[in-house]
Amino acid sequence: MSSSSRHAGMGNLSQEEAIEGLKKLLIHNDKDEQLSKELETKIEKLISELLGTTPHDCHPVRRILGGFQSFKTNKFDMYPELFSELAEHQTPKFLVFACSDSRVSPSNILDFQPGEAFMFRNIANLVPPFNQLRYSGVGAAIEYAVVHLNVENILVIGHSRCGGIDRLMELPENGSTENDFIDDWVQIGLPAKAKVKAEFGHLPLEEQKRECEKEAVNLSLTNLQTYPYVRERMARKALALRGGYYDFVEGCFKLWEVKSIISTPIRS
Amino acid sequence: MAVPSPPFSLSKHSLSNPPSFLASNPSLDPSKAPVLRPRNAFGSEANLGGVEQTRLRLWNNLKTNSDLRLQASRELPGLTKELESDKSERMERIEHGTDLFDEMKQRFLSFKKHKYMQNLELYEKLAKDQAPKFMVIACADSRVCPSSILGFQPGEAFVVRNVANMVPPYENGPSETNAGLEFAVNSLKVENILVIGHSRCGGIRALMSMHDDVETSSLIGSWVSVGMNARVRTKAATKLLNFDQQCKHCEKESVNCSLVNLLTYPWVEEKVRNGELAIHGGYYDFVDCAFEKWTLDYKESNLIGKSGKVAVKDRAFWF
Repeated sequence: MSSSSRHAGMGNLSQEEAIEGLKKLLIHNDKDEQLSKELETKIEKLISELLGTTPHDCHPVRRILGGFQSFKTNKFDMYPELFSELAEHQTPKFLVFACSDSRVSPSNILDFQPGEAFMFRNIANLVPPFNQLRYSGVGAAIEYAVVHLNVENILVIGHSRCGGIDRLMELPENGSTENDFIDDWVQIGLPAKAKVKAEFGHLPLEEQKRECEKEAVNLSLTNLQTYPYVRERMARKALALRGGYYDFVEGCFKLWEVKSIISTPIRS
Repeated sequence: MAVPSPPFSLSKHSLSNPPSFLASNPSLDPSKAPVLRPRNAFGSEANLGGVEQTRLRLWNNLKTNSDLRLQASRELPGLTKELESDKSERMERIEHGTDLFDEMKQRFLSFKKHKYMQNLELYEKLAKDQAPKFMVIACADSRVCPSSILGFQPGEAFVVRNVANMVPPYENGPSETNAGLEFAVNSLKVENILVIGHSRCGGIRALMSMHDDVETSSLIGSWVSVGMNARVRTKAATKLLNFDQQCKHCEKESVNCSLVNLLTYPWVEEKVRNGELAIHGGYYDFVDCAFEKWTLDYKESNLIGKSGKVAVKDRAFWF
C-alpha cells in the first residue's frame, strides 16, 4: 500500500493496529463512552489519512482505493446488519435530482446515507416534461423511483454558479448551437429563462443567472407533475415535491415545498 | 393550481441557535426505545388515508446534541408496521413528516459547521471554479452513491447518475448523460472517466427480464435498451447460470458496453488516443463489500476481441 511508505519504519502492522484502535473509539458499545461530533470527525479523518486518502491525493487509483477503504472501515464494517439488509433491498424515502457539479453532492451537503435517497444527477438538475419519445433516461428514473420504489418525497436541488444555467442564459437567441448535447439539454430550461428575463431583465446578467438557478428548480417541479404516476400520487398525498437551493458562496441552503391550494369560491 | 410556498432560508446566522426540538424531544433519547405514533406527514393537514408512514432512519444523526451519539441501526429498512418496544435501544425513528426536513436542516448545518467552516479556504476556492479530475457515471440506486463509497469530496468528481449507469452511444443523439459527458470532457477537461456498476441493479434486472421482441411502453424499458449488447453477450456466455447469476454477469458486461460507447464520441476518442483521458470501469458489490476496477486498454484496433471481451488492463480487486 502506498501509505505504508509514509510511515517508514513502522510497517503495515502498526498502521493496521492504529486503525483498529481508532475504530474501537468509534464503536459505541458501552453507554458511558460518548464522543462529540468534532472528535468523531477527527478520528475518521485520522483513519482516512492512515489509509492514504488525504483530500488531494490525485493519483486516480490511489484516490479511489483509499476512498473505498475508508468507506469500508468507517461505514460498512461498522454497521454490518444495516448493510446486509440494504443488500437485499432499498427503500429510499427520497428521489433527489441534483446537478452533476462536483461541489454539490447531496451526500456531502445533506449527508444522505446509503439507502436513503435514489439520486439522479445531470447538468443543471433539469427535469424535462413527460415525453414518451425522448429523455427516457430521466423518465426511467422517475418511473422506477415513484412506481417501483414508492418514494414519498421528490427533492430537486439547484445551486449557485451552475455551469448549465450559465449556458442556458447565454444561449444565442438565434438558435445556433456550439455544443451538440449540452445546448440540446439545457434548452429544457427555456421557460425558466423566459420568466427570469421578463421579471428580472433589468438586473445584471450574473444576478439573472442566480434567479434562473432557482427558477429552473421550480420549472423542474412543474415538469415533474406532467408525469402521470407523479400526479396520481400527489393527488392522494402519497408524494410531496420540494425544491432546494444550495448557495456555496454564501454557505446557505433554501428549501421550499410545492403545495396545491383551492381557494374558497367567490360568491356574486 | 400548484404554487411554491415561501422558502425558509438557513443562513449563516442560524448556526448559533440549533432548534430545541431535537434536544428536548424525549422520543429521541437513545436510552429509551421509542415507538412513535405516526402523525400527518410533512406537517400539513393532509389526510394520508392509507399511506404507509414516512420513516427516515438516522444513523449519523442528531449531532446538535452532544449527548446523542452515533448509533448502529439494526432496523430493517422500509418497515411500515410499528416496531415493538423491546427492539434495540439504538434505533431512532422519526415518523412525523416535517421531521424529515428538520433532520435535513440539521445535516446541512452539521456539514456547514464541520466541513464547510473547517475548510473555508477550500470552499472559497471551489466557489469560484471546479476542476475535478474525475467524471463518474454511476447508478441512481440509493445504496451506491460514489461520494459515500469512494469518498469523493466536494470538487473531486463530476457525477452523472442515471438508471443502471448507462452511457448511450453517440448515434443515439442527445440525452442528459451525454450532455454531462460533453461538459466534463470538453469544458472541465477531466482526466478520468469512471463508470461504476453495482450488484443487484434493478435496471439491469429489467434489461434481462425484457421480452426479446416486444416493444415496451415503459420508460424504464426504453432507457435500459441502451444496454442491449450487454444482454446479448451475457445470454450467450451464461447459458448454464441461473437468472441472478446472469444478472450479475450483465451488470459488469453493461459497464464494458458503456466504456465502448464512450469511445463512439469523437472528442472522447481523440483525448483517449492522445493520452489526455483514461477510461475506467468499476463494479461495487454491496453484498460482500468489494470493489473491482479496471482500465480500458485503448488500441487503434480490436477493442472488442473475437470472444466479445473488451480489452482491459490494470484490473484490481479490493475487499
